[in-house]
Amino acid sequence: MSAETVQKAPALSRFLLLGAFAALVALLAVGLTLNPREVPSPLIDKPAPPFELPQLHDRTKTFSPADMRGQVWLFNVWASWCASCRDEHPVLVELARSGAVPIYGLNYKDQRDAGLAWLKQFGDPYRLSAFDAKGAVGIDYGVYGVPETYLIDKRGVIRYKRIGVLTPEIVQTKVLPLVDKLQKE
Amino acid sequence: MRALLIVCLWSLAASQAAIAAEAAPAAADPQLEARVMALSNELRCLVCQNQSLADSNAELAVDLRNQVREKMKQGMTEREIVDYMVARYGDFVLYRPPMKGSTLVLWFGPLILLVVGLAVLFRRLAARRAPEPELTESERARAAALLAPEDRADSR
Repeated sequence: MSAETVQKAPALSRFLLLGAFAALVALLAVGLTLNPREVPSPLIDKPAPPFELPQLHDRTKTFSPADMRGQVWLFNVWASWCASCRDEHPVLVELARSGAVPIYGLNYKDQRDAGLAWLKQFGDPYRLSAFDAKGAVGIDYGVYGVPETYLIDKRGVIRYKRIGVLTPEIVQTKVLPLVDKLQKE
Repeated sequence: MRALLIVCLWSLAASQAAIAAEAAPAAADPQLEARVMALSNELRCLVCQNQSLADSNAELAVDLRNQVREKMKQGMTEREIVDYMVARYGDFVLYRPPMKGSTLVLWFGPLILLVVGLAVLFRRLAARRAPEPELTESERARAAALLAPEDRADSR
């Protein structure tokens, strides 16, 4: 038995300390489920930045988001040099085949020939692709990693942004329900 | 031998031209470059997210630095360019987190935890050094009685 008297802290103080510890653990536990690389877009619920770019297949024609007023559409940023884009491409091809929502592409910082060859090899789910050689439109849209996908409503407002690969799960749980909702607006 | 020497000298000269071509934009306006770098130090590279825009060699960082340079040439102020970046990428593009309601925990959280931790520690230490409670006569006698036969007890 130690000669030193150890004062036991009053019950309330110990309870508070335990509570504070539990709160800290909860905070860190939530943090573990978050993706630190994901930069949430400030463009959600803001109008899609306007642009006019030449089309990939036909350089005599241009494409602008204004052309899409009145429609709900998916805007997918892709490139032939992007490895992850290959992962999501079958998902996009399937989505295009289902006809649920029109998909338009942004060929980001690519070479025309490389982009066209890539679409020929992996399939072309896009009604058309805009050709953003310098990436200036990408910067306007806050693109920092390819692939990224935007869902834009009938008034040209960005309602959802997916950073990274589109998985079938995301399409089922996030994209299609929102497409449904936006098409009824 | 002489031909070899000429070829060597020529390729040396040619390579200098190539290097000079790459450095030209930087050398053209040192004051502009200084401003671009100063602002790039305050912005974050979104690909290598722990580096500033000035430090990073990622392609996006090069693009964004060029954007900063272009905007400065067009006459935008530092403030306007920062707003332009934040409008597209959000607060995360600022290398130094802004002081806002939502970031108060980020800025002061660790400090508050430290202060609370120290406070708890000092209270514990003070309590330990607190004087022993006073005993009454009967308690003192009882204590003596309990302590006395200790060397014979086998309680250890």
